[in-house]
Amino acid sequence: MPIYASPEQFMRDRSEYARKGIARGRSVVVTLFEGGVLFVAENHSPALHKVSEIYDRIGFAAAGRYNEFENLRTAGIRLADVRGFSYDRKDVTGRWLANAYAQTIGSIFSEHQKPFEVEICVAEVGPPGTVPTANDSGPGVRDQLYRISYDGSIVEERKFVVMGGATEPVITALNATFQVGWDLPTALRAAVSALGSTGENAPRELLPTQLEVAVLDRSAPGRTFRRVQGTPLATLLAPAAPAPAAPDAPQDGPEEG
Amino acid sequence: MTVDGQVGRWPVSAIPAAYMRPGNSSFTEFLTAAEPHLLPGHGAAGLPSGGPLAVPHGTTIVAVACQQGVVIAGDRRATMGNIIAQRDIEKVFVTDTHSAVGIAGTAGLAVELVRLFRLELEHYEKIEGIRLSLDGKANRLATMIRGNLGMAMQGLAVVPLFAGIESEPVPDPVFETAQRSPRRGRIFSYDVAGGKYEEHDYYAVGSGSTFARSALKKRYDGSSDVPTAVRTAVEALYDAADDDSATGGPDLTRRIFPVVVAITVEGAVRWSDDEVGVVAEAVVAGRMVNPGG
Repeated sequence: MPIYASPEQFMRDRSEYARKGIARGRSVVVTLFEGGVLFVAENHSPALHKVSEIYDRIGFAAAGRYNEFENLRTAGIRLADVRGFSYDRKDVTGRWLANAYAQTIGSIFSEHQKPFEVEICVAEVGPPGTVPTANDSGPGVRDQLYRISYDGSIVEERKFVVMGGATEPVITALNATFQVGWDLPTALRAAVSALGSTGENAPRELLPTQLEVAVLDRSAPGRTFRRVQGTPLATLLAPAAPAPAAPDAPQDGPEEG
Repeated sequence: MTVDGQVGRWPVSAIPAAYMRPGNSSFTEFLTAAEPHLLPGHGAAGLPSGGPLAVPHGTTIVAVACQQGVVIAGDRRATMGNIIAQRDIEKVFVTDTHSAVGIAGTAGLAVELVRLFRLELEHYEKIEGIRLSLDGKANRLATMIRGNLGMAMQGLAVVPLFAGIESEPVPDPVFETAQRSPRRGRIFSYDVAGGKYEEHDYYAVGSGSTFARSALKKRYDGSSDVPTAVRTAVEALYDAADDDSATGGPDLTRRIFPVVVAITVEGAVRWSDDEVGVVAEAVVAGRMVNPGG
């Protein structure tokens, strides 16, 4: 004979379980900037990604349990590719994908033995030429950030999304610095310092090797997802120089991108 | 929302179970398992066998290796029996940053197959985070052609020509030195049964391929640069069009020129119509003086 548990208690237990799991991981920040969407994740592994490309103008970021969000990421790529193949590439939208994720995570939360301990963000960058503004004009023409929680609840954010770990200090730090249409170096440095405001011995200084950074580049015509790593990342993270790099210090040999 | 109001098994609101199942990184294999009705050639089982179907056929594709890489080009004609079905069909496609494929045979199937092949490469790259090796790409294409064998037996054959260069290996400090061997352009041909053959220097497929290959045999120069290889390819297509009624020559009146893709270590670039036009006009001008080239 089953033991009775009230629905409220049942949901509370599951939420608590999922929240605890997610809070154990390191944080991820997704924010809009002048040129598109910026993903910054604290990730000490160069191979196990938290940020990924889904489709031409859609990116994915996740926090929580790796095997679960990897499963969702793969499913999202399959879903987007199948839809693009059976209809057209233009018919794959971030809102549609975010809905599909929300439905799936929601049903897993209420029906499965164990809820997914993940939080994900689906970001879509607008077509080339659109200018980010505080006031938008409907989906399809602007950048969109959807945040989907472990229970399937979906929220559209207008500035940034912070997921995983202790999010409060990160959100506070970003709220203080966020500007509409900030440029890439500013946004990246703000995101990195916000990520450093949590964890042990905070505030910490995060090194390029501890970060996973990617952008959705609005100006690109086809696939917009670009990883930022190695020398370009270190250059972007370096404290703002008073003038652009002077050409008076040529290194031996050309630099390889 | 976007998914409301649409009924049936596709599109769906929540992700179907098959999409969440762990599997490999092949899009084609995923489609076969989860959405077989979307595969090119689905429904071919019910076709009457034997009788040739009156559908457009694409014709001649040539590929020429050169010092910096490889050039692949195709004429623009599609024929249906004795009728020219289309004057400006495109049969050469850039498939990813460092490869391209040209297709001869049943046009409708070929275009669909290329769409799937492109997606196959992109899908792998997105799932795995790295690109397939050039040999891996060539083998995937072979598998897809083999999958079309049933259709080929019914007269709907597709014969591709695949050209590419190894894309930049992922920077890896351990293997960096080993991977930095010089990269060269490579050409792969296929038969309808999915047999894959690596060709050296140059190759041609399609109805005019005999004439194109003869022309390439005389003109090929392994030390040439990209513009010279493009010229050689366009000359070969002219020779094919000269002797094969199903291959279209450069159409100066309508300004329809061959599709040319040049693949070097910097990537696969499709030449614009204007750039190819200049080459095609030079070829035609040369033939005004010497019709045999």
